[in-house]
Amino acid sequence: MPTRPLSPHATIYRKFPIMALSIMHRVTGVAQTVGLALLVYWLMAVASGPASFDSARNLLGQVWVKLLLAGWLFAFLYHLCYGVRHLVWDTGRGFERADARRSGWITLFSALALFAFFVWRAFFAGAAS
Amino acid sequence: MSLRSPMGVALGNGAAGGAAQHGWLQQVTAVALLPLMLWFLVSLLGLPSFEFAAVRAWLGSGWTPVWMILLVICAAWHSMLGVQVIIEDYVPRKSVKMVALVLLKFLHAIAVVAAVFAALKVALQSP
Repeated sequence: MPTRPLSPHATIYRKFPIMALSIMHRVTGVAQTVGLALLVYWLMAVASGPASFDSARNLLGQVWVKLLLAGWLFAFLYHLCYGVRHLVWDTGRGFERADARRSGWITLFSALALFAFFVWRAFFAGAAS
Repeated sequence: MSLRSPMGVALGNGAAGGAAQHGWLQQVTAVALLPLMLWFLVSLLGLPSFEFAAVRAWLGSGWTPVWMILLVICAAWHSMLGVQVIIEDYVPRKSVKMVALVLLKFLHAIAVVAAVFAALKVALQSP
């Protein structure tokens, strides 16, 4: 291993809570990579006919898989909100300490609000599978 | 003290020159995924049921396969670039890193080809 400092220089930052938001961005991103595999599996199941679709549907209908899907939904919404924060940063804005702190909290709370909305729509307003 | 020159030590350890392109593609796919993913979620909520017939009819109709293929391509691309950075950050051994990066690309290629195949198959078989 090289002795020079390596990215992402994790040790130079104050730990919490804003750093946790950044770590969560990565974690939710990886979660969606797994979710992508699930989406491809579902699409292949539709294309393969009713029998394989029903076995996929049985798997996706399990309670623990539904919990995973809800987790995936939150991961997506969080990653989306944090991604917008990154896109704003990419324009060169919002790097002052107070701004970054505020946008961090805005990110978290918008993700939670969107999550509440979609969970309500998906599980309590009729469209449940 | 090392006899190697500072340049000799630095060569091969620094930027590979592809970072700007990497970041730009990450941004472009992110922007594309905003509407595509919202379309996908809203479409799922709008499905009358998650029975085979309903899902198949939806996936095969109108612009759905087009958006779906675009979505999977953008998502896979974005996902591959993102996980690549994580591997580069946290896997210090060059050999393990190389194997992981190649495996990452293979898996994402499989995901894209399978999804495109599935969407086209359903769309072309639909009335």
